[in-house]
Formats: sequence, structure tokens, C-alpha cells
Amino acid sequence: MADLATLSQYMRRNGQTMAEQPAMRMKYLGIWNTYNWTDYNEQVCEFAAGLSTLGFKREDKLGIIGNNMPQLYWAQMAAQSLGGTAVPLYQDSIAKELAFVLRHSDAKVIVAEDQEQVDKILSIRDELPNLEHLIYCYDRGMTDYDVDILLSYKAVQTAGQTLNSADAGFIDGEIDKGTSSDIALMCYTSGTTGNPKGVMLSHYNLLSVAEIFIASEGIRADDDFLSYLPMAWVGDTAYGPVISMLIGATCNCPEGPSTVMRDLRELGPTGIIAPPAIWEGMLSNLQLRGADATPLKRWVFSYFTGVARQIEDLKAEGKPVPGGLSFASAIGEYVVYGPIRDQLGLRRARWCYSGGAPMGPDTFRFFRGLKINLKQGYGMTEVGGLVTLQPDDEASSDTVGRPAPGIDVRVVDDGEVQIKCAGVFAGYYQEDAKTAEVMTDDGWYRTGDAGVLNENGHLVIIDRAKDVGKLADGTPYAPQFIELKMKFSPFVSEVVSFGDGHPFISAMVAIDFDTVGKWAEGKGLPYTNYMDLSQKPEVVGLIGDEVRKINQGLPEVSQIKRFLLLSKDLDADDNEITRTRKLRRGFIAEKYGPVIEAFYGGQNEVALSLAVTFEDGTEEHIDSRMTIQDAA
Amino acid sequence: MTDTAGSGGSVKLKFDGVAKNFGGVRAVSGVSAEVREGEIFSIIGPNGAGKTTMLNMTSGFYHPDEGSINFEDTDISQTQPSKIAALGISRTFQNIALFRGLTVLENLMLGRHVLMKTGVLAAFAYWGPAQREEVEHRQRCEEIIDFLKLTDLRKTPAGALAYGLQKRVELGRALASEPRLLLLDEPMAGMNQEEKEDLVRYVLDVNQEWGTTIALIEHDMGVVMDISDHVMVMDMGERISFGTPDEVRADPRVIEAYLGTTDHKEVA
Repeated sequence: MADLATLSQYMRRNGQTMAEQPAMRMKYLGIWNTYNWTDYNEQVCEFAAGLSTLGFKREDKLGIIGNNMPQLYWAQMAAQSLGGTAVPLYQDSIAKELAFVLRHSDAKVIVAEDQEQVDKILSIRDELPNLEHLIYCYDRGMTDYDVDILLSYKAVQTAGQTLNSADAGFIDGEIDKGTSSDIALMCYTSGTTGNPKGVMLSHYNLLSVAEIFIASEGIRADDDFLSYLPMAWVGDTAYGPVISMLIGATCNCPEGPSTVMRDLRELGPTGIIAPPAIWEGMLSNLQLRGADATPLKRWVFSYFTGVARQIEDLKAEGKPVPGGLSFASAIGEYVVYGPIRDQLGLRRARWCYSGGAPMGPDTFRFFRGLKINLKQGYGMTEVGGLVTLQPDDEASSDTVGRPAPGIDVRVVDDGEVQIKCAGVFAGYYQEDAKTAEVMTDDGWYRTGDAGVLNENGHLVIIDRAKDVGKLADGTPYAPQFIELKMKFSPFVSEVVSFGDGHPFISAMVAIDFDTVGKWAEGKGLPYTNYMDLSQKPEVVGLIGDEVRKINQGLPEVSQIKRFLLLSKDLDADDNEITRTRKLRRGFIAEKYGPVIEAFYGGQNEVALSLAVTFEDGTEEHIDSRMTIQDAA
Repeated sequence: MTDTAGSGGSVKLKFDGVAKNFGGVRAVSGVSAEVREGEIFSIIGPNGAGKTTMLNMTSGFYHPDEGSINFEDTDISQTQPSKIAALGISRTFQNIALFRGLTVLENLMLGRHVLMKTGVLAAFAYWGPAQREEVEHRQRCEEIIDFLKLTDLRKTPAGALAYGLQKRVELGRALASEPRLLLLDEPMAGMNQEEKEDLVRYVLDVNQEWGTTIALIEHDMGVVMDISDHVMVMDMGERISFGTPDEVRADPRVIEAYLGTTDHKEVA
């Protein structure tokens, strides 16, 4: 591996050494369009020159908002080529959230995908005194705007072409000026508490993490990745473009958010990272489609997935697999496992990671059973997205894996996991006090997660340190454990459990509208919307059965004693979960205070006025009555 | 929406004293009107006012008994529907008329049938001109799919789609023939509020982005008044009012036709 300082320098190298090889693809108008490294360099250099004609300089911030698409990645790289910082934002954020991040990051120029994002930014323009230019990629609907800061991507590119032809060495000179300590990327952590913080990652941070990952998983130049996760999430950059720069792998952008699963299948990436929610979604979808099949196919599906599960259970317990099961599994490979991998688009995938949140053991084993090399990893934005990985033969749902080579992990006395590695960030942008809070005096990053290193050297994360509690009688209680168990049920979308300081565990359950809806249709049960469906006695009974099933596998004290079905799903727009779908417990406990009171006050019904926030930021209060069930 | 009353582009479609009888019933009698280039023109009126008959005469399904219909200076009053489609007029139907077993993409490709030049023999050979043409048409259909945000449904059979989506596909098929005049027969009928808002957005986008002239019949007064440049009101086969939405709303004859009184209240 060459020893260059910045991402842009690697990009330039790739343009010289693998000019004709694909750097990026984007599906547009039904066709995968390929851009090779020559195109990539050209696009980035033109846009970078265009940005500099707008006055974009070293250390300036470029806001980026939209779905994954080449233009946005090029813009990101263009800003970095000029020594600036890219600040990707969550594309589904409401205007109010964008205002905070854009103001805090001092973004000078913003590149937005389309009219929808432009409208959001224009609605908060008064709050952004530093904003000088707003660039849009898609022209559609942009004809009638009369706003001085608006520019099209094309126009910027054209200005760049003019500059480049007048001063051919300009961009090269800018790229040469880059140093490894330049801040390349600023990701705002969604934060389960308080306002988001801007995590500053240097070229050195990003490149070191990518090198470790490339070595651990054997990434090659001909590998294909699907760039489908939000650009604002550190992993999208760290496990996409950065790896691509270092080794030449290809990043592929899906046609749009609604076609991701279809594009995944067409592309068949050689490796993929997905949060547990996506794996759970795939599983629910498979179960749903399985239920629609003919009785024979249903039997075949359930028989062979059963075989796979038994084998995985035996392996997990370290017991030998009997010959009969191995034989059935070999047949299963042809009739069930292989075809399913193909359907999911994971046929070529050498490795699949679940990360960002813990995954339920049953979901994990289901995919392993299909001979999908699903593994768990662990990382956070502040360390460049990587701490531990699981070697292929040590995959397990109980641990998050072994600290990757070059990354030091220690567990201090109070159980907190701390990390020291090349990926540790440069600090929170303009929040020195907060940076100091998360760094120890000897330079370790404090994760705030409670964990242990087990006898095999694997890290086990118990929960967020501050979430781990005790029941009133002193029994330790980790909320995530129960919630993950419940989320294996295809009928359950989200679960929030309570128990800290209380005599028993209770849970609020949000049903999965699609699967429960389908189930209701099968039963001939009419319903109108989510609220109506969730409060049907039959549905309450259905979830009650699921709760009882889960309770059977738990010791008496850890069982869910009371539960309630929420009349709406948890939503990031309502601040209940983060954009990466982590529960914001403090906020939920406050918002659903009356529910908790009712759980432990012995009431059987609770009335709640819930604020629902729509995508345009408007709020509406919906009154609902929810009944509490006792899980006998 | 800008007010283009009295100004605007050249005349795209002109009805001149058009009349149509069905047996003894006079469905349309002596209606004259002009649709201008690039505008959204709506016909409203109570049931049986003759709105759909006007549209059917424009698309060539019926021929007027009296008067003439001119499209871009060509008299189309006695022209066959297929010829009219080839001239650049396409339409959607009040009741969805998609091929339910074909995919969204195939339905759109069918919409381009009038533009395909390849003969039967060349098509049999497939390679050569026929293939090149197919690729061109597919490209255009993909642009429409992208425009109408149907990318995830490209390969889904039209019959399996929700009602609102089928309407959108029908709009797509009408657009596939690259019409210069698009006729929409009650596009919002039977839709819920959300589906209506979606479709209105697309209709406006088609009008603004591609400059397609649109003539539409619609019952939903809110929609008509919001998006139209000109509105013609019909009752009992006659034109009773014509003008901008504001003018029509204030016209006493319109109020009478809708409410049966001459109270000076606003319609809609």
C-alpha cells in the first residue's frame, strides 16, 4: 500500500494506476452506469475547481444532504481535495434538526440532492448566517426559484472546467497541500441524549481504520459494495469511499431508497454492512413470503430452516452435528439456502456484518444457518467506526468480536469499555469540554458502554453503562437483552422495556404494521390504520402469545409481567429513536411517563396525548387510550 | 399558479360550435372554446353536462355532428382515434384501462406503440434497426418511470398495484406517446386525499417541466380551481361560463347551475 497522506492523493493515484477500472456505479433509468477512475478524478477535480471559484477554501465546511449518489460523493471528495471538510447530513431529517447541525458546523456551501432538500434548507435560511451557496444536483422542479444563493451542480462543474483549463495545475497543487491531519469528515452523532455533536475525523483516522478492515477481511480491488446507508453515518464513508480509495474497490449507488433490496439482488455485493434493523426486516420479509407459498413449499422452507437452526444451536453449544442433520443440510443447500441467498443478493458476499446495535441471537443464527457469513462488529463514530470484528470461524451473537489488529481495548473497573487506536477522533467540533469528558488523561476514548472481555479475548457488550439497572429486589436488569428477544418476533417492530428500580419488568411494544396487517387480513380482520390495528383484541392476543413464548425461555424474575401495545410506531421524527434507530430512553421515559405509572400502579388502561411530528415538521396531538395486559 | 387569462401562447385546441346528438338526446350543443399552448384547461359541470363527450370528440372516439375541432390548425373532427393519437393527443380514462397482466414497464412501452416505426418483418429479425429502436423507446419509458417515481414498481404487474398507483401508471402510459396535448378524464376520481395530492403534483410537474398542454375533466372543485389556468363550465350540454378560476367562481350562472339559486355565494 502506498503511503499517501490524504484520500484525494489516493484518488489521484488510482486515476494513474487503475484508470480504466470501475470506481463507482449508479443505477439510473434502469441501467447501472459505470464511472472509472479517470472519470472519477475528472468529476472531482472539476467540481473542486468550481467550489474554489465560489470561495471555498481550506478548512471550510461543505454540507451534503441527499440519498447516496455519485455527485454527492464527488462533492465530498472535492471539498476534501481543497483541504476542506465534508459534513454529511441525514437526508430524512426535518428542517429543525438540519438547522442545528448546519449552524453549528458553520457550513459555507451545501450540496443538496433535489428540490425536497433545497426546500428544507431554504425554509431555515434565516438561521444560517454563514451559508453562501446552495447547490442542487437534480434540476427537476427547480425552474421557478428566484433565490440568490442557488446554483446547479452543472453550473459549478462548468465554472470548474473553465478554471481547470486556464490553470491546469491548480487542483493538483491543492491536493499536494493536503496533510494527514486535515479534518476530512465531520459526522454528527445522532446522540441518544442532548444535541448532536460534530465528530471530527482526519484523513489519518479514516485511512488507518480502512487499512485495518481491508487486512482483516481481505478486501480486494475487484470487490463491489452497495452504498445504501445514510451518508451521514460514519460507516457509509469509512466502509465505502475510503476503502475504495485505498484499494480500488467499487462503490455502487442504488437507484433510490425504495429499490435498495432489488438493487442489492442485481448487484450481489461481495460484502455488506447492515444494521440489525435491516437483517430483521429481511427475516420478516422472508417469513411473510414463506407464509404466502403453497403448503408443500411452506413445509420445505420450515423443515430446512429448522435443520439449519438445529445445527447452529449444536455448534453454539460446541456439540458434534449428527450425520443425518449434515445430510439434510447438504440437500437444503440446493433447495432452500442457496436460492434464498440468491434472492437476498448475498450469493457473492464473502462477509456480512451487523453493527450499530446489538442483534437478537435467533435472527443471527437464522442467517448463519443459511450459510451467510454474518458476523457482528462494534464501533462508533468517535473511533472512525471500527473497534472489534469477528474472524469467520468465531462468529457468535453473544460477543461483538475480537479487537481488530492495532486497536487496543480495555475494560476499566466500573465496567466501561475504553479504546485507544489510530482511529480515535480529533475532538468534537467547537465542544472542547465535551471532548475532554470522553477522553481519559492517558488518551483512551471512553465509550460509555459496559462490557467484559471474555476468556477467548472477545468483547461482550452488556448495554449502555447508564442503562444497566437493577430491579427493586436487586436483580440486575439489562433492557436490551429482553428487547432483542422480543424483536425476533416478526410481528414486533420496536420494544421498550422498563424495570430499573421497579418490582418487575414491563414492556411497551410497537407492532410491525406490515406483518401484523397481513396476519389480520388472513384472519379476515378489518382495520383502518396503525392505531386501530394495534388496539384490536385479536392483535393484543397475538402479541400476548409472543410474550408468553419469550417468557418461557427466561428465568422467573426476568420475565415480562405486563405489556402494552403502542398506538403508533416509534419514530425518529418524534425524537423517540435516533436516525440510526437507537432508543432514546430518557426521552421515551418522560414522554410515556403515564404509561410507566400505569404499569406499576396496577391500572389497566392509560390515556395519552401523543405528539406526532410530520415530515414537514408540523406537529399534531393524537389522543389515544391503550389497554395494559398482564402476561400470565 | 400564474394567471394567464387573455394572454398566453398560441391556440392548441379549438372547439368551434361543436354539437353532438345521441338519438334524441342533445349531449353537447354549440360549444366553442380555446385551449392555449402550455396551459392547464379544465372542464367542470354537473353529471350529464357533456364533459366526457367533449373529451371523447377530441380523442376521436365520437365525431361531432356540427361544428369543428382544430388541433394545431388541423381539423380533427372526423379523424380516426389512431390518427389523432399519432398527431400528438393522448388520454387517460375515467375507469382504469391498463393491461393488468403486463408490468408497469410493458404498459408504458405499449403507450409508445404509435411512435414505433419498425415493421412486422424487421421486428421478427429483432437485431439491427428494431433493436436500436427498442432501446431508444426503453430509454424514454425509463425517464417517465423516474419522473413519476415508479422505479421500484417497474417489473410489477399493473393489476397488483393500488388504485392510486394504477392511475399514475395510466398517466405514464399517456405520457409515453410524447403527447403535445394530454386529455385527463377525472384523474382524481375515487382517490383518497393523499393520492390526490400526489397526482396533482405529477400533473403540475408534467405541465411545467415538459410544457405539455393539459385538458382535464374533474369533479374535485378544489383541485380544478387550484391548478387550472382556464376553466370551462358546462351544464346540459352547453357552455355556461369560461374564464380564470376566479372569474368562474364569481359567475352567477355557475352558482345557479351548481346550487340552483342566484345567491351571490362563491362556489368551492
